[in-house]
Parts: sequence; structure tokens; C-alpha cells
Amino acid sequence: MLQPSLIRAFQEAIGAENVFTDSADLITYSYDAAPLEAAVPALALRPTGSEALSTAVRLCNENRLPLTVRGAGTNLSGGTVPQASGVVIVTNGLNRILEINTADMYAVVQPGVVTARLAAAVQAKGLFYPPDPGSQAVSTLGGNVAENAGGLRGLKYGVTRDYVMGLQFFDVNGDPVKTGSKTVKCATGYNLTGLLVGSEGTLGVFNEITLKLIPLPAHHKALMATFDTLDQASETVAGIIAARIVPATLEIMDNFTIRAVEDYSRAGLPVSAAAMLLIELDGHPAQVEEDAARVADLCRGMNAAEVRVAADEAERDKVWAARRSALSALAKLKPTLVLEDATVPRSQLPAMVGAIQEIGRRFDLAIGTFGHAGDGNLHPTILTDRRDTAEWERVEAAIEAIFDRALALGGTLSGEHGTGIAKSCYLSKETSPATLVYSRRVKQALDPNNILNPGKIIGAH
Amino acid sequence: MADFDELVRLMRELEDRLVTCMRCGMCQAVCPLFAQTGREADVARGKLALLDGLLKEMLSDAQGVMERLNKCLLCGSCEANCPSGVDVLGIFMQARAILTGYMGLPPAKRILLRGLLARPQLFDRVSEWGARFQAVFTKPVNDVVGTSCARFASPLLADRHFAPLAAEPFHRRHPDIDRPAGASGLRVGFYIGCLLDKVFPQIAEAALTVFAHHGIGVRSPQGQCCCGIPAVSAGDMDTFRDLVRRNLDCFADAQIDVLVTACATCTATIKKVWPKLIGAEDARLHRRAAELADRTMDISQFLVENTAVPEAAAAGGNPKRRVTYHDPCHLKKSLGVSAAPRRLLTANPAVQLVEMAEPDGCCGMGGSFNLQYYEISSRIGGLKRDQIAATGCGTVATSCPACMLQIGDMLSRAGDRIAIKHPIQVYAEAITGDDVTA
Repeated sequence: MLQPSLIRAFQEAIGAENVFTDSADLITYSYDAAPLEAAVPALALRPTGSEALSTAVRLCNENRLPLTVRGAGTNLSGGTVPQASGVVIVTNGLNRILEINTADMYAVVQPGVVTARLAAAVQAKGLFYPPDPGSQAVSTLGGNVAENAGGLRGLKYGVTRDYVMGLQFFDVNGDPVKTGSKTVKCATGYNLTGLLVGSEGTLGVFNEITLKLIPLPAHHKALMATFDTLDQASETVAGIIAARIVPATLEIMDNFTIRAVEDYSRAGLPVSAAAMLLIELDGHPAQVEEDAARVADLCRGMNAAEVRVAADEAERDKVWAARRSALSALAKLKPTLVLEDATVPRSQLPAMVGAIQEIGRRFDLAIGTFGHAGDGNLHPTILTDRRDTAEWERVEAAIEAIFDRALALGGTLSGEHGTGIAKSCYLSKETSPATLVYSRRVKQALDPNNILNPGKIIGAH
Repeated sequence: MADFDELVRLMRELEDRLVTCMRCGMCQAVCPLFAQTGREADVARGKLALLDGLLKEMLSDAQGVMERLNKCLLCGSCEANCPSGVDVLGIFMQARAILTGYMGLPPAKRILLRGLLARPQLFDRVSEWGARFQAVFTKPVNDVVGTSCARFASPLLADRHFAPLAAEPFHRRHPDIDRPAGASGLRVGFYIGCLLDKVFPQIAEAALTVFAHHGIGVRSPQGQCCCGIPAVSAGDMDTFRDLVRRNLDCFADAQIDVLVTACATCTATIKKVWPKLIGAEDARLHRRAAELADRTMDISQFLVENTAVPEAAAAGGNPKRRVTYHDPCHLKKSLGVSAAPRRLLTANPAVQLVEMAEPDGCCGMGGSFNLQYYEISSRIGGLKRDQIAATGCGTVATSCPACMLQIGDMLSRAGDRIAIKHPIQVYAEAITGDDVTA
């Protein structure tokens, strides 16, 4: 229970209507999209201005209150699950696009701007903000930067990290720190931007984000290829990359996922196919047409059962909408869904796809596999019911097996969902004990009271 | 107040359905209320988490849960877009019933629901007195939209601009309709609904014109009462069951092929809410409700599927009246009907259909939501008003009289001169040769 005088201080700083103390409100900030235990905070704040945000951070530090910043709460690794008795700062009241500069091709946004809203706003000006995480319709840019979110276009366009030109963030005392610039080049000071991107709210609280924009591709074309075996599909992915073709998106779905998605979306997906690839090429019209023809030939050369080119914009949208619904469509099948995002060097994709199939059989679990095959980022999705403790133990063992396999193939635990709570205990497996110590020293130096989203990434210490 | 353990036990009945929400949060993209407030307790995910918290005894504040649960338009945008297929509305309605059973019905709702709605004859009499005396308290404010406002400061009416009660309700003019099937060989039951009866009888009249034109027999018996949705949204299941039973009795011997309504909310309530919420505890009533629900259709869908409504092209003519259409949530999101009403509109050769931005965006009415949260309701409605005005149309059509009330309020308060019509009126005007009035 917080002191009434402290609650009053928060109310004065950010407005009484933006301070939530009722248990019925606090419960709604106790979870994110990861299947983890909820933790109910003692206070939730929804600041609507920079000054209020800064004061809120300072008050938390002065009073040793653990602070978790929350955008849309779509995190898949538990990064937005607060500390019980801590404070949640909701950023969706900080939702202004401050500037879209078409001459210098950048945008400045507050952290609560929804990803898809920025993408649409810049597209209306002929520009392109490529990172498109699956939750982009609701996810916030602050959350995307804090998690270094990826998406379907990673292969050609990279991830959120590649678009953050600069940040203005509050340190744990609520003082403003500036890093990066609106210039294409910037070599002053430490690259704090690099440190803060993906820091999951453990090192600072974003106030303004400067994002790089690029010209909108003039043309795009979507193809769909189906295969009789999952191996053929993953070999085709490797083949496309080997042919030096870089599609904007190169997605794979196994039969299990295809059926789940089709059941939900009725997009006309081939439910009998063992696997399918969804491929989109973009760029100069001539190049796109040429590459599309080559990709189609490659697919046929790999004995694709069918290769289909989206006839029009509507068919293309339908296919991508179906792909975007994969996660949630799978979620419909069982009460609990564990979505992993172990990622391997792209050449290792066929080996990883095979390993996941084997792990599913070994632990007798329903695993749907889909994901960003082109960048080696798969989403093995385990369907289970957390209330079934025996099965849950097998799920945990399977997750560990997936991690081990990904690391053995030279990969990483998380391509795009972040470490959060869910993967913090595996961090030293991928790195080294010294890495963990180094990271903890950074955290200790910048947040001596350990109030900034404690327990995330580097665990409790 | 009942026992908290008992509340938790009843909430557990929802557990299997609650667990299907994986907290993905995609409902935040479509919830009209969340778009205004940004508060997690206002969006489906937050409300589902609250119900889950209650059954897991993470909190004991049933009153707080109920307040937040009731702050919802029940528009179904979340459910229609829920990738995990959570039965959001079903859960919310049942939870409202459970919580109301625990907390008791607030006095104002008790008077309105049990005192008035559950007593159709009294409800009719009160409305008729109201119609007679409303001129004393209210005055016309916009002749095109057809709204009035309060003459004096009134806590009930506030600064609302509303469609006044009709001088003569529909059932007074047509107490008992029993017309045999004509050339079509079809005979429909025509369920009127409160708003068509008491505020918009001209819509029901238009429906009769269209039925006659297509040689469709009509049975609309005496004694119909409210479909029950206000009772359901207040969690008053006793009144709800009572109303459903009365309506079923009313149409029991009607000898009809289909039950048709011209109110999107009534249609959705009969088709989806009746069979869902009349549970197995009353198997006979459930069977009767499900049987009638199966045969219930929106009037435009019925006409398009069963009669020769002319195609827009075949209707010919030189369209001179621009009409835009608002999709009521209860028609499009609940029942998936959106093409048929547009087809009725364009069957009128004078009409050029102009789509507004987000035609299926909720108007913000939400029945009792508008009474409790008028300010937020108006902000949501204001967005709809702007989208309607941006089309430059002289008429907006919609298939739900509740949406008509809200849109009327918004247009009138903005000083717009835009008429509001039901598609069946626009279609009837083509049949009778009346121009679509502005």
C-alpha cells in the first residue's frame, strides 16, 4: 500500500485522472501477451506530457518503487509484466507524431504512437517505415524500440534497431538524455542509442524517438508456393537466398499452421499442403518482375506443388492478413500458447525446421511452425493448457531443447521478442558468464536502486 | 448482498471461455471506447482479465468489476476481430447477469426494466402520455434530421437532440396484422420492436408497403414486447426471460415462414442472444427460442434473398440523390449482414450510394451506455458525424433505430441538414414513387 501523500504527489504531477489506484484498474496492468504469472502493481500512471513522465520516473526512483513502462502490453517475453507492488507507466497518453520530415526522411514520435499509425502517416507522404511486428495494429513504437521488435520484412529491411536514429530518454532521476541525431551520420559520444534499443525499459524511459524513413517501393508482387514436404519448402528458402535474391518477405507456414489460419481467416489457403511459402518482392517494377519470375522458377525447380501469383491488391492483402493472423489463429486451438522465436543463421533453416519437428514428436506436443524463414527467425508455437501440469513440464523441456538446438546451429534465443522474464535464465547459455556480469554492471551503474523494470533480461540479482 | 464464494462459484462457469483469451491485445485496435480513453479496463482484454481475476479471487471488489464491465458499448467490434475467437459478448452478458444477481439491480434500472419494460401495456400507456405531453417540455430543433431538444434545463435530456415520440405508435394504427401470402407465396412474421413502434412507426409502415408490393403476407400480432436487450445489458435475466416468453407466445401460432425485423438490434438479440442466454435450465424455452431464432432475419437480407429486389443497374434512372450508409454493429459485426441493406438503397433508381470512411465504425450509442456515459458516447458519435458530413450526402441511411437516435443527436447538434432513413424507407419510396426527401 502506498502512502496517501505519495499518491497525491503523483496526482499533482500527472493529473488525478491519470493515476489509478483501484484494484480493478491495477489488475488490467498485471499481464502482457506472454503466458506468465500476472503481477498486480500498486499504482498505474498514464502521463500525457513529457514533464509528467519525467516527474513520474523521478518520484519512482526517490521512493524506490520498481517501475515498468507499458505500451500496448503485447510483449511476448513478459517484459511488461510489472513487479507486484511496483508502478506501471502506460505510454498511450503520449501518442503524438511530433514531426514527419520528408526532406530529411525522418519522423519524431512520442513513445505511445501505434506502429501502424506511423506507417500509414508516412506512407501518405510517399515514405516507408518498414518494421512491421505482428502486433503493429496495436503495438507502440516505444515498445518496439524497447524490444528491438522485428517483423515480416527483416530479411530485406532489417528490424527496429536499423531505424532508430536517435532518442531522447529520461534517466532514472528523470533527467533528459539525448543520443543520436537527425543526421544520417552521427559520431558524437557513446552510441547510447545502440545500448537503449532492446533494453526493455531497464536503462531509461523513452520520451521522444527519431526514426529513419526510406522511400516507398514503387512496386510489389506477392507469390505463394505450396510444397508436399516441409523440407522442400525450407530448402527452397535457402535456394532463394543462395540465388542472391532478397525478397521483402519470405515466410513459411507448416500444415498445422495453414489449417489453423485457414479455419480462422477463410483466405483460401491450401489446407492439404505440407508447407507453404509466402513471398513478397518489392522495388523497381522491372527488377520485381524479373525476380518474381526467377523465384517462381526456383520454387518449381524444387518441385513446388503449386506456385500462385497474387492477381491483385485484394488477393495480396488477404494472403498477408492471413499470415498476420497465424499466431492468434493457433491460439484458438488450445488455452495456452507458447510462442518461441529462436533464430538461426538463414543457411541453417532446414536443419532447424527439422529439429523442431523432431522435438515435437519427442515430447509429444502439438507444435505449429511458421515464421520469417528468410531471416532464419522461426516461430515454433507450442499449443498446450497450462492447467495440465504433466504436459507443462514437457513444454518446458521442449523449449529448452529448441534453445539448445538453435544455439548449436550458431543461432540466438530470441530473434525479436526480447529476453524479458521468459528467457532471462537462459541468457548466459547463449553468451558467457562474463557477459552477464558486464551487463549487470551497466545496469548497476545506470540504475543503482534497481527500479527500472527489475528482473528483466539479466534476471534478479 | 449474496455470498462472495457463491459469486466466485458462478464466475467459474465462465472459466473455460475466459481462458481462450490469450491477452494478445488485438482488441485495442478496434474498440471505439478504448480509442477515446486508452484505459485497459475499457477494452475487452482488460475486462476479461478482470473477470478472470475475480474468479481467481485476485480481487474482491465486485462493484468495481461490475462498473467497468458495464462501461462497454456491447458493439462486438472486439469479438468480430478476435483472432482467438473469444465469445466476448456472451461472456460479458453472462457476467453482467451473475454480478447483477450478486449486487442486486440498481433502483433506477429496476423501475425501468421491471416496472415498465416487463409490463408492455403500461409501457405503451406511458409512451402515449409522453407523446401527448412532450411538446410541453421539448421543442423541434432540426426539421431535416427530425429532432427535438429540451425547452428547459433538464437533467434527463441534458443537451441531447432526440427524435421525439411518435404522435401515434405503430401498434395503435395496426393493432393486429394478419395478411395472407400473396403472389410470392411467402408469409412473414413482422416483429416491430420498441423504437419502431414508438419513435419511428414510419419505418414499419414502409416495411408494410414493401411486403404488399412483393406479395408477401404479414403476421404481426398484438401483445409484442421488448426483445429484452436492455434487460440483458443490465444483467436482469428474470425480466429478459419474461420478455422472451411473451414474444414467443405472441408468435406461437403465427404460421409464418420467417420472422423479420427492421431493427438490427432486435434481430441480433433474437437470433444470437435468445438462444445463447436462455440456457439449459429451461430446456423448453430454450428450444422454442432457438427455433424462432433460426427463422429470424433482418428485413433487407430477407428481401434480397427471397424477392426480386432490382439490381442497381437494372433499376436504371439517373441517380440524383446521394445517400451514405452506416453499418450498425448489430447487423454487420453480429450477423455479417452488410451487402443487403446497400442493395435495397441502390434499388431506388434515384439513389447514388456514397460510402463514408469506416462505415462499420460504431456510432457510440450502445443503448444504456449513452445514458450513463453521454460525454464519451458523444465523442465517438462525433467521429461518425464527421465521416457522414464528409460524404456531402443529404441522406444517411442505417438499419438500426438506436443508431438513428444517436446519429440524429450528433447531426442535429452539429447543425447539419442531413436526413436519416432506414433502407426500407428508401426502397419503399421507389415503390410508391415518392422522392427521397431531404
